[in-house]
Order: sequence, then C-alpha cells, then structure tokens
Amino acid sequence: MSATAVTEAPAAVTLAGVSKVYGQGGAAVRALDQVSLAAAPGEFTCLIGASGCGKSTLLNLVAGLDAPTSGAISVGGRVALMFQEPGLFPWLTAARNVELALRARGVGRAERRARAADLLEAVHLGGFGEKRPHELSGGMRQRVALARALAQDADVLLMDEPFGALDAMTRDLLHDELDRVCAGRNLTVLFVTHNVREAVRLGDRVVLLSSRPGRVIADYKVPIQRPRRIDSAPVAELAGTITDRLREEVSRHGK
Amino acid sequence: MANDTLLGLDALDTVAPAPRDARQTARKAWRAVWPKLAALAIVWVVWELIHLSGWKKYVIPGPGVTLSNLWDQAQTGVFWSAVGTTMERAGLGYALALLIGVVVGSLVSRIPPLRAAVGSLITGLQIMPSLVWFPFAIILFGITTQAILFVIVMAGAPSIANAVIAGVDYTPPLLVKAGRMMGLRRLSLQRHLYLPASLPTFVAGLKQAWAFTFHALVAGELIVIIANRPSLGVLLSSDQDQADMTSTVAIMIVFLIIGIAVDALFGIANRAIRRRWGLDQALLRNSCSPGVSRARRKTSV
Repeated sequence: MSATAVTEAPAAVTLAGVSKVYGQGGAAVRALDQVSLAAAPGEFTCLIGASGCGKSTLLNLVAGLDAPTSGAISVGGRVALMFQEPGLFPWLTAARNVELALRARGVGRAERRARAADLLEAVHLGGFGEKRPHELSGGMRQRVALARALAQDADVLLMDEPFGALDAMTRDLLHDELDRVCAGRNLTVLFVTHNVREAVRLGDRVVLLSSRPGRVIADYKVPIQRPRRIDSAPVAELAGTITDRLREEVSRHGK
Repeated sequence: MANDTLLGLDALDTVAPAPRDARQTARKAWRAVWPKLAALAIVWVVWELIHLSGWKKYVIPGPGVTLSNLWDQAQTGVFWSAVGTTMERAGLGYALALLIGVVVGSLVSRIPPLRAAVGSLITGLQIMPSLVWFPFAIILFGITTQAILFVIVMAGAPSIANAVIAGVDYTPPLLVKAGRMMGLRRLSLQRHLYLPASLPTFVAGLKQAWAFTFHALVAGELIVIIANRPSLGVLLSSDQDQADMTSTVAIMIVFLIIGIAVDALFGIANRAIRRRWGLDQALLRNSCSPGVSRARRKTSV
C-alpha cells in the first residue's frame, strides 16, 4: 500500500476511562461510563451489548465524529467507518464510489482507476464496477462499502453492525469475506454487533458492555482456530456462555 | 466453495432487465400517446359543442376558426418576433433568477446565522404574489424591459434558493458521515456530496421557479407595454382592445404550448435523474424485492 501507512505509528486503539454524557443537568444521559479498552495492532475486537450500551457512541468517539466528555482516546493511524447501511452515494457507480475515497486522499486519476478495480476484485465484485448501488443487492452494496473503507487505506476499521440488515446466508458469506480481507492487511478492527454468535465467529476477542450506562463488564478471548463456522460446536459453546452473561446483565434492568 | 456460493447469490440478485425490442418500444410509446390524443379530441368536441350550442355565439369562436387564425398569424413576422421577444425575456430572466438563487441558496444553507436572518424572508418572497413588485419596478425602471426582468427575477429566485437549501437539508446524514470519514471537507464536501445529493430536489425547484417566472413574465407583458416591441403579452393585450376573441384564444393556445413544451423538458431531466439514482425502481423493489426471491431460495437450499 502507500508509503504513509508504513511510516506511521503501529495501529492500535486505546480508550482510557472514557465517559460520554449527552445533555445537561437532570436530562443528562450517561451513554458511556469509564470505558477502558486497548486493541492491539491487527486484533479483531467485537463489542457486544444490549440496547443502550453505547456501542455506536463508542465507535463515533473513536472515529473522531464526536468528543468524549472525559477520558482519553488514542488511535494510531487512519480510521475508516462502516455502518449498518452501506451509505454509498447513489449518483455514483460502485467503482466511482470507491474512487471517491481514493480521490479524497489525493490519489491520481489513473491510479484511482486501477486501485478501485483491485479493491472491487478483492471483495469479489470485479464485474460490477459500472453498476449503480440500486442495481446491487444489500450484500453486494455492503461489500462495495467495505471496498470503499479499504480504499481509505485505514489502519483501524470500525464496523457498526455492518451485516445487521442482511439475511443469514449472505451474512455467513460476508463473514468469510471479511476474514479473508482482514487476514492480508493487518487491520485493527472494532466490530459492534448485538449478535453473539457473529461476535464469536469473527473476533479474536469479545468485549461485553453493560447497558445504561455502557461499561466493560467482561472480556473474552476467542481461542478458536480459523477458519471458523458460525454453526460449529466451539463457536456455539462460547456464544452460549457469553449470551448467559448478557442475559444476566439485561435482566438486571427489569427489576 | 464459499466463493462459488457468493458469486451464485450475486448472479441471482442482479437480474438484468431484458432488452426491449422495437415492438415493445412502439407499444410503450402508444400507451403514453393515446390518452393525450383522446384528451385533445374530447377538448375539441366539447369546445365545438359549446360553440354550436349558441351560448354567446357571437363571441366564442369554434376550434376550427381559432386554429386557422393561429395558422394565419404564424405566417406573419410580427407573431414570430413576439414569440422571440417573450422567450428571450423568459430565458434571460430565468437565467438571472437561477444564478442569484443558487448563490443565495448556497450561502444561506451553509452559514447558520445568515439562515436564521433571511431564511423565512426567502419563503415570504416566494409566497408573495410577484404582481406586487410591478409598481415598485415601474417607478424604479420605468416602462422598460428591465422592469419586467426585475419582476421575473424576484418571482423565480426565491424558489431556486429554497430548492438549494432544501436539497442540502435533505442530504441523508449517513452520507454526510460517510463523506466526512472519507476525508471530504468544506468545498470538496459541497462539490462531491451536497450538490449532487440535492439534485432531485433542485430540479423540482427549477420547475417551480419556471412556473413563477412565466407567470410574472406574462403579467409583466400585459402591464408594461413597450411601444414597437411586440411580445405575446402585447398581442394578447391588443386583441383584448379590439375585442378579437378568435385571436385571443389563438394566443392563449401559444402560451399553453410553451408551458407544456418547457414542462416536458423538465420531465425529461427529472426522469433521467431518477433513473440514474434508482428512484424509479423504489416501487418495483418493494413489490418484488430480492427479499422475496431470497426467502423462496432459502427453502430450496
């Protein structure tokens, strides 16, 4: 990739005692409370929690779209963000969408063409560059969004329930795609989801957040060898353990 | 194996529409044209019936007489010179309204204090009947083309400015977020995101501005009559003076045709944008979306 990525500090994300409060006075809502977390370079971290655990807030803070109320965040390297919706520009073709990300970084025209074609090839969309987003299926759009995120030459990839809106079969296939894409790139990934099995299927570790306010309540290593399947026994077993702990946390709020 | 499944899903999800052959194209064209022809025929018949019924028969001309009057007028130089003058004013006035509207709209949409100051003023101007400006314009410019152009601009520019503002407002926040994450800032954000994103809203605004411009123009030509400068409004006005109903209706038809022709141009632009954005498929997607076909596929897998 480009020379800048090599010379920059090794990619890693560190959150130290990060809190985020929305609103003021009596109406204030504490979305995150003293969250401390460190992701090693190349590590795939899944963040999991029920509603109101501040998952999306956390990603916005790391992405620099919002500032924490207190605490410190340090991110080594460039950050890209993927959402549940692909967020592609509907007036551009798939290839142009990817090229725009390259253009924003100042990549020249001829190189943009070639790099965008390579990136689409990397997500198995080689023949679809000239299609517009509305001509593609949800899974294909999300892969274009992944190619666009990769085009930002990021060291840290933030993913906010990126496969949440897809059907199960497409989601399973995209898990394989994501595994493959990450393997060759030493990407540090923060992946937010509410699907425990998905978290175990993908992550090197799974961080469990409490709800209202969001706090780290458990941190699981995932010692399962890759390639993994979402329906394999070890994945289901660990997912079961985490789900129990998650339910415990959620039922606390019903009392 | 997984790759094959992925490619298979992609192939199933992107079904190319079958190319249309000449017969289908002709049938589609006919489907679009015949209701219009039928409507014309009905208007003709009703008009003829009113004429034949004898209601105010010395005043209301039949369609045949009117069209032949229009044909005769179309042979004269004065008629075409009048059409030319009117269209020239419309074009010039509209272009000025467009320029001013885009500049004002862009500034107001991106500078919050400016928006708080003049946002509602723009809407007020848009709603205010443009006729109100004529005394002001005539005192300022006299009985001149400038007076007419001034009113046209005051009629059209607020719609265009509002269209630009609405286009920026309705840019989906997700796209703005995506653009920012990509590293787009200020001018590049305006150029690569806000301007293209606001295009559909903007085209709707252009159409509305054209309607206001055209209204103001015709009113202006009826009020501000400049000697030796024939325009469609002047022809209409002199027909009224001579109580020439046949010619009056003939000129009205000319206005109608101009209105329909320009609207058709906006229609073409609008459809092209909708097709490009995939907005025309929204209904189609909801009724027979990939979701349905996929549900079926899952049971067979």
